[in-house]
Amino acid sequence: MQILINGNAKQFAVKSMTIADLVSQLNISGKRIAIECNGEIVPRSLFADIAIKEGDKLEIVGAVGGG
Amino acid sequence: MNNEDQLIIAGQPYHSRLLVGTGKYKDFAETRQAIDASGAKIVTVAIRRTNIGQNAGEPSLLEFLPLGEFTYLPNTAGCYSADDAVRTLRLARELLDGHKLVKLEVLGDPKTLYPNVIETITAAKILVKEGFDVMVYTSDDPIIAKELEEIGCCAVMPLASLIGSGMGILNPWNLQIIIENAKVPVLVDAGVGTASDAAIAMELGCAGILMNTAIAGARNPILMASAMKKAVEAGREAYLAGRMAKKLYSASPSSPTSGMID
Repeated sequence: MQILINGNAKQFAVKSMTIADLVSQLNISGKRIAIECNGEIVPRSLFADIAIKEGDKLEIVGAVGGG
Repeated sequence: MNNEDQLIIAGQPYHSRLLVGTGKYKDFAETRQAIDASGAKIVTVAIRRTNIGQNAGEPSLLEFLPLGEFTYLPNTAGCYSADDAVRTLRLARELLDGHKLVKLEVLGDPKTLYPNVIETITAAKILVKEGFDVMVYTSDDPIIAKELEEIGCCAVMPLASLIGSGMGILNPWNLQIIIENAKVPVLVDAGVGTASDAAIAMELGCAGILMNTAIAGARNPILMASAMKKAVEAGREAYLAGRMAKKLYSASPSSPTSGMID
């Protein structure tokens, strides 16, 4: 399936996965991040429960240097 | 600074009246050194898309500024609408485990980065309603500053001059009106260029100062961070001490006028 992550299309071989699966596939499990799926914030506690489907739009953000 | 004179924001005491940004440094090590030299306890951070793909393993700001050592102040830098700002801070709250203290800024123009106070007010109303403790960046308009306070913002942060300009305190009179009218802390946010600017802002009665470029953009950021720490403390003490009256036409010698040798 194809999903949009941070504005970039990304292909995955699987037909379905959870947010937790995605985070582990992207190798960002150790990072402090927040995720929005189709405009809705996904609480970290629900990463393993929320399934991603074809065409979903995800934003994955973190804290960076700024003023 | 003595323990009785702490900065109180949303009921929380802080040992430093200098708040610093974390952008524009050479690297995270320099960021950390400068922040240590500044003595700041509150650090602002931006919320941006995480690097995924080849850069996934690069070091993060959090490794150099652990959450346990500093109070993070997520900001909405780069947001030009109330919607974007609110969305960013909701993400920040999730990112920082329900953290409530935030810096709201809604910009109106990419050239000057001047705040859009109309969008700022709209966003402030939503955020306060959602339980955020909102420190709000705004223009130095006393009426808008009061309005933001009445909406429920926990601190009002007028600009001294444009973001990143280093032009210093351009309208001390407006800042003074804002400070006199306010029941919440007023912090100068943006425009400070060097230590004397920070001291002047504090002497006016500001509760604190938020700065980034003045430190990060100095030739020696770590030394400037130290200078800013002292300037903020000196300005605060001068404010508390109460300056002498200005006497333009009545000079008064400091040494005795009697006992002069003939």
